[in-house]
Amino acid sequence: MTLPYSEIVMEHFQNPRNVGRIEDPDAKAIEGSPACGDMVAVYLKVDEATHRIEDIKFESYGCASNIATGSIITELAKGKTIEEARDITWQEAADALGGLPPIKMHCSVLAVDGLQAAIQNYEERHGLVKEAIPTDEAEVRRRLKHVMNPQVGLDLIRTKLVQNVEIDAGTVRIHLDMPSEHQFANNIREEIVEKIEPLWDVQIVEVIFTT
Amino acid sequence: MREGLVYLDNAAATRVDERVIQAMLPYMTDRYAVATSQFGYSLGLESKEALEEARSRVAGHLGAQAEELVFTSGDTESSNMAIKGVALALGQKKGRHLVTSAIEDFAVLHSMRALERDGFQIDQVRLDENGRVDLDHLASLVGPETILVSIQAANQEIGTLQDLEAIGTLTHERGALLHSDATHAFGRIPLDVSRVPIDLVTVSSHVLHGPRGVGGLYIRKGTPVVKWMDGGYQENNLRGGTEDIAGVVGFAEALALITPEENDRLRMLRDRLTALLLEIPQSRVNGHPVLRTPHNANVSFRFVEGESVLLHLDMRGFAVSTGSACFSRSLEGSHVILGIGGDHERAHGSIRFTFGRYNTDEDVDRVAQALADVIERLRVISPLGKE
Repeated sequence: MTLPYSEIVMEHFQNPRNVGRIEDPDAKAIEGSPACGDMVAVYLKVDEATHRIEDIKFESYGCASNIATGSIITELAKGKTIEEARDITWQEAADALGGLPPIKMHCSVLAVDGLQAAIQNYEERHGLVKEAIPTDEAEVRRRLKHVMNPQVGLDLIRTKLVQNVEIDAGTVRIHLDMPSEHQFANNIREEIVEKIEPLWDVQIVEVIFTT
Repeated sequence: MREGLVYLDNAAATRVDERVIQAMLPYMTDRYAVATSQFGYSLGLESKEALEEARSRVAGHLGAQAEELVFTSGDTESSNMAIKGVALALGQKKGRHLVTSAIEDFAVLHSMRALERDGFQIDQVRLDENGRVDLDHLASLVGPETILVSIQAANQEIGTLQDLEAIGTLTHERGALLHSDATHAFGRIPLDVSRVPIDLVTVSSHVLHGPRGVGGLYIRKGTPVVKWMDGGYQENNLRGGTEDIAGVVGFAEALALITPEENDRLRMLRDRLTALLLEIPQSRVNGHPVLRTPHNANVSFRFVEGESVLLHLDMRGFAVSTGSACFSRSLEGSHVILGIGGDHERAHGSIRFTFGRYNTDEDVDRVAQALADVIERLRVISPLGKE
């Protein structure tokens, strides 16, 4: 009998590392929400001189792969500088867990996004951010690389589902090469809105299924 | 039987009763001929007799005449046959409007969606917070164009029962037909089509300790249903395909083994479990507290996600189900919990326990204890509920 999860995933699920909160953290972030069904909170303690992550803790509301990916990113990030930790990808997190089922890859993205958001929060708090730049197609496409196609466990850009991106006075319109009755259409739409809407100059996100 | 496993997912599938298997076996080893060979050789006659005996036994449980029951491959096929069969029969002649509810099983919901793509108009009736149909709203939806109303007898996830008598009366007064998916009610609560004004009823064997892949559709005499799936002339020319004699014999036998005492016992187990689970803080029952199938308990626990709960329970030897998005094949939260006005968090934290013949008092106490422990563990990890 082959379980859908690797042994490493099951081990982290049962014994997650670095669980909980850091009192008085240098940075924190919450990615996801109760409404989308999974959520990761990341707390950081960072050495101000070296930018090294001295302590990291996480909390998770979600399935086994959500808990396991939250756990593994704390192990991957601990001891790295924030510049190094920024380069951790969801693929690395998934690989470190011995792989994830395609339908669960989005958990890995969520956990890594949680870590990136915490790092960004640190930079904002410590005056390390540059001026806000207007959203362009490249930025939208970069963010769409963080939305999974659950059928294959790869992102929308790599699976060539994004046909067209229009940006027009605060409205971002994304044309997807898939039917609106697709099994994962609603899920993908919600994930796209969640990733694009937080951009500072975006008010409306429209997802159009073209086939 | 697996040692140590406590199986509480009997609304998904059941362990087939040994007596059912024994009743079925001769129709796979000795009497394997098709029933349609009755005029050709005597082995076929035996099959034909077994088929018709099974038909009258299953129909009898519904208060129906034998000739009003068509055997199918299960509830999915039965509901497709009812909805698409009526649409084919009346879509041109009478109207192109159907009414259903948001919490039906996928066989009904997706059949309706298929009709919608073909130009039919589908309305969904309002439900109260327990999933009961709003009868006034239903009355306002059913008009001269309406050909069919499809409302389940009992819900697959939350067990809520519908008042089919009132729904049927109201539907017939307005000249429409009523179909009901009774998969999760049949055998567990009384349903008598000789007293309830209902035209089509979906039933299935797989939830009654009978074989899976066997079901039936009750079609009241005179109800216009056009053959939906092309094939041979079996089943009164409504359902082609080689008859599954062993299957229908098993279905009839499984029904005969269900007793009112068994249903009372399941209700007791259910009530005991519900009471124990509600002792866990931040928990609530989904579905109607009383008007529900005797073997269904469904409880949501805040701040935790169902798939994690299931995996932890599995490692301790319990099999249950959840309405969590993470667990579903479409990554969407339970359409039933959302359909009765619940939010995503309530769907994600919903756990369904469905009892069957082989569950004991001890199972209830053990699963309640395990669950209390698992919920506590997951709440320690959760970022929610701590402020």
